[in-house]
Amino acid sequence: MVRHVIIGGGPAGIAAAEAIRREDPRAELLLVCDDPYGYYSRPGLAYYLTGEIPEEMLYPFGEQDMRKLRMHITHDRATRINSFDRLVELQSGSSVAYDQLLIATGALAASIRTLGSELAGVVKLDCLEDAKRILKLARKARAAVVIGGGITALEIVEGLRARGVKTHYLLRGDRYWSNVLDETESKIVEHRLQEEGVQLHYHSEVDQILGKNGRVEGVRTEDGRQIPCDLVAVAIGIRPRTELAVKSGIEMDRGILVNEFMETSAPDVYAAGDVAQVYDLSTGKSVLDSLWSPARQQGHTAGMNMSGGRVPYLKTVAFNVTRLANLTTTIIGAVGQGADPDLIGIARGDSETWRQLPDAIAAQSDFDVNRLRLLVGNTTLLGAILLGDQTLSQALQQLVAQRVDITSVRDQLLKPKAPLAEIIANFYVQWKRENALARQP
Amino acid sequence: MNLKHLFRNEKTRRQALVQGYVVPDTARCVQCGICTYNCPINIDVRRHAWLGEPVKDSHCLTCGECVARCPRGVLRFERTNLFNPVEGGE
Repeated sequence: MVRHVIIGGGPAGIAAAEAIRREDPRAELLLVCDDPYGYYSRPGLAYYLTGEIPEEMLYPFGEQDMRKLRMHITHDRATRINSFDRLVELQSGSSVAYDQLLIATGALAASIRTLGSELAGVVKLDCLEDAKRILKLARKARAAVVIGGGITALEIVEGLRARGVKTHYLLRGDRYWSNVLDETESKIVEHRLQEEGVQLHYHSEVDQILGKNGRVEGVRTEDGRQIPCDLVAVAIGIRPRTELAVKSGIEMDRGILVNEFMETSAPDVYAAGDVAQVYDLSTGKSVLDSLWSPARQQGHTAGMNMSGGRVPYLKTVAFNVTRLANLTTTIIGAVGQGADPDLIGIARGDSETWRQLPDAIAAQSDFDVNRLRLLVGNTTLLGAILLGDQTLSQALQQLVAQRVDITSVRDQLLKPKAPLAEIIANFYVQWKRENALARQP
Repeated sequence: MNLKHLFRNEKTRRQALVQGYVVPDTARCVQCGICTYNCPINIDVRRHAWLGEPVKDSHCLTCGECVARCPRGVLRFERTNLFNPVEGGE
């Protein structure tokens, strides 16, 4: 009987467990998970913070679903992998043997190196425990300061606003998420935040978090302004949780390096999800994603291969649908470039591929708060971003992911003030029809 | 939103009521549970989204609560093609 050990209970770990159980009903499955709450929806924490869902709803698997997996769960932390003796050493002092091992430890928020960052009231948003801490503090807090960028920073901002906390959002540069959104999109999001009552502070870098009796009392910016607050939330990006792999001598770059079969440099040790830096067959590059669906896909691939298969992970075009300042936003493919002063590397709900902008010309159109931006390549669409109206979200996802030849409408798209939505909608309908016809015998 | 648009929405809704079901796009779903939480008759819509299965539960009212509330556009109405089986589907 093969003994599979999975370290990490997020979507990658759970998807691997499902695949293994399906492929090998007799396999022994052990999950080592250091989150006391087990498997829950990390993205769901945003809606838990705003009060849209209660805590019980965060758990996608009921007891019955878990029982079906016949997986033993140990709440412990893996500290080292001994790949010679095939043992995982645990923090509690014990160790577990494995035949096949998956590292799916995810990522953690990067911490801020500022005086006062150890004060009580300085928070991040990685896990359910963090969300609970934010809610507890928000109950008493009058004002909060949020530092950072990307989706997580706004999740915290909106959670705090929903709880009636006066919120200051500090941006280092002159706009929000500058390496994914373009100027107009940043302005749309910022304007909506201001309408919600969020105080935006541009060109503001925290010099020191001020405290009294070990508790946050405010922040001082580099230009000497003081903002009183009882809570400081930091979301300046994430780092893959690689210390386990580092200690175990597994090959690393920004994350744990894996090939298309999700194999690490150690025999029978796999990695998947936010912790893994995955080889992309189509580009030959190894990239980090912090997205639910790729994590699940990678976990599934790892699970298949751990139970004797030989299936490559085919990276799809990275996309995410999220809410920015209450505006539904779809981000597909290559849409931005460069660095964002508010983030160190990657953030949650982010993909490095969004900033691999090849030769593309941007075409855009605005209508009220809705906005559609297309990155038009020579023959295909390389990326798209939709703010607000989501009618074309699925269509664009398919057109970008399947690298559909758009030569016939390219000139139309690139005309100034072109009605992009209409052109794409018509093109998509025709493409679908032709596809349906082609499939008929 | 103009009047024509409004009527079109109403028409789509009514069509869905008689001949549609809710279909998830698994790749978009992050299992947050807003759909399940808002289902008036407690169908575990999220589970359907995880498994990639349409909500064929005969109790589904096709009220559209889950479709409208999903923050990530995972769910949509699809026609069952009950009356037009030529185009594939059921």
